Amino acid sequence: MSAVLEVTDIRKRFGGISAVDGVSFDVREGEILGLIGPNGCGKSTLFNCILGQLTPSGGEVKLDGKVVTGLRPAELNKLGVSRTFQLLQVFPKLSVRENLILAGQEHQGNMASRLVGRSDAGLTEAANQMIGFFKLDHLANEPAGGLSYGQQKLLDAAMAFMGGPRLVLLDEPAGGVNPSMLTDLKERLVAINREKNATFVVIEHNMEFVMSLCTRVMVMAEGKVLAMGRPDEVRKNPAVIEAYLGH
Amino acid sequence: MSGFGKPLKIALGLLVIAGLIVVPMNFNRYGLFILSQWAVMTIAAMGLNLTLGYAGQVSLAQGAFVGIGAYAAAIMTTHGWPLPAAILVAIVLSFAVGWVLGYPALRVQHHYLAFVTLAFSTLAFLVFRNESWLTGGIYGISNIPRPHFFGIPTNKPLPFYYVCLGSLAIVSLAVWWLIRSPWGRAFMALRENPLRAQSLGIDTRRYTLMAFAIGSALGGVAGALYAPLTQYIDPVPFNLSLSLDLLMMVIVGGAGFYFGPFLGAMIAVLLPEWLRFTEGYYLMLYAVAVMLLLIWSPTGILGILDRYLAARRTKAASALRAVAKSRLEAAQ
Repeated sequence: MSAVLEVTDIRKRFGGISAVDGVSFDVREGEILGLIGPNGCGKSTLFNCILGQLTPSGGEVKLDGKVVTGLRPAELNKLGVSRTFQLLQVFPKLSVRENLILAGQEHQGNMASRLVGRSDAGLTEAANQMIGFFKLDHLANEPAGGLSYGQQKLLDAAMAFMGGPRLVLLDEPAGGVNPSMLTDLKERLVAINREKNATFVVIEHNMEFVMSLCTRVMVMAEGKVLAMGRPDEVRKNPAVIEAYLGH
Repeated sequence: MSGFGKPLKIALGLLVIAGLIVVPMNFNRYGLFILSQWAVMTIAAMGLNLTLGYAGQVSLAQGAFVGIGAYAAAIMTTHGWPLPAAILVAIVLSFAVGWVLGYPALRVQHHYLAFVTLAFSTLAFLVFRNESWLTGGIYGISNIPRPHFFGIPTNKPLPFYYVCLGSLAIVSLAVWWLIRSPWGRAFMALRENPLRAQSLGIDTRRYTLMAFAIGSALGGVAGALYAPLTQYIDPVPFNLSLSLDLLMMVIVGGAGFYFGPFLGAMIAVLLPEWLRFTEGYYLMLYAVAVMLLLIWSPTGILGILDRYLAARRTKAASALRAVAKSRLEAAQ
């Protein structure tokens, strides 16, 4: 299997603090890679460096073998990299359907065709499918801000898939989602992973969720990679147990 | 603003349009001037509503763009160019200047951006006043001609009112199209969550610049109509207070609502006229009315309507749920 994403020696310093301190890993085509670690270990900072929301202090990010370090988030998204956010990031005043159309529209045509073309950029059908897929049918015309936390989490995930991404970075998709909805979310993610051949990197604190969803798990601590391997290997790794249960 | 039936909305719209065409036929010169001014200010306020209300970029420079458009039209038409050509130049010029003014918005936001645009507003005023070779300085430009359309002169107030009204109609349609297009959705994304917008491939830089440029271009259109409307311009009407007036129109009408600028401009242009009978007190009453409105509804007049309709929808939805629930219980 070829690597979709190759990260080499990424570093990010904030003043005297090394939030990410020389992290290297690769993500293989079609896999679901879990990224775990205690709070403040640099997971989200690593995501933001990969996605161009932060400029890394050093290191290199390659997408399909091409260097993409320092590209802006919008440019990376056009290349097929999508993300969800740890904290809710939907467009509260737009309806659920409008949120989804917005999430896909920049992948249709160009600036000119988006001005003179159809007002839905031809995405109503795709948005409705996504709404059905995430079981949000009854909420399609509601403003996203009026949805429950869990429903907004689902919408946030659905938006990440509208552009037909190759690689999706999910930042704590399960955080604050109730257990029954969690099973739903996991099913949806696995289905998209298989059907659309999308590759995922998932930051998550919910161990059960990570261990059952992911094919490989990477553990971070204090800005460095502590362990990488199959979920059962990682679970037994003494260094990981120390990092989580130590102190 | 759903809640009205669609046919009812269309009927209401046609009625208003017919009213705007027919009723002013009996108006005197002054009434027609005020109504033309309303149409022109609505165009400028629609531009600001696009920049501020939809795209969320604060601007205190819309008055300066009205000035740029007005001077472009005044200079060109007094040198024999036809008004449509002057309008085109006003659009291109204010679009370009608006684009450049958008660059600070890529770095600063909210009240910082307000200060940058305020500085630009002052700069534009100084250019209008001091570059006498071009603008006539404090003496301004007089004898601005009104155009002939299809052989019909528009020197009289009524025909020129129709020029303003027709321009308003064209601009309204264009803006309606724009905000319903993916661009409009991207503008709202800038306002609501630029971080998320970026991660969805929305080129926030380009859309921010576009929001400024298009909003400013509409200010230019308004100016290019203002010059032949008053037939005399000097720098004074285009100082900061016009920008503040336009900002107030947008806020009072309801920022981010399509019909906000129509209502806002109506209140800003007509209310002072209606309050004239109070003589010296009208400005005070006007100010108090605006303050009370914004205390009651910070989202403007259309914000009140929006809240009312939302409340009615919620009520209807919970009534439906209650019925469903009682049926469910009855079935068990």
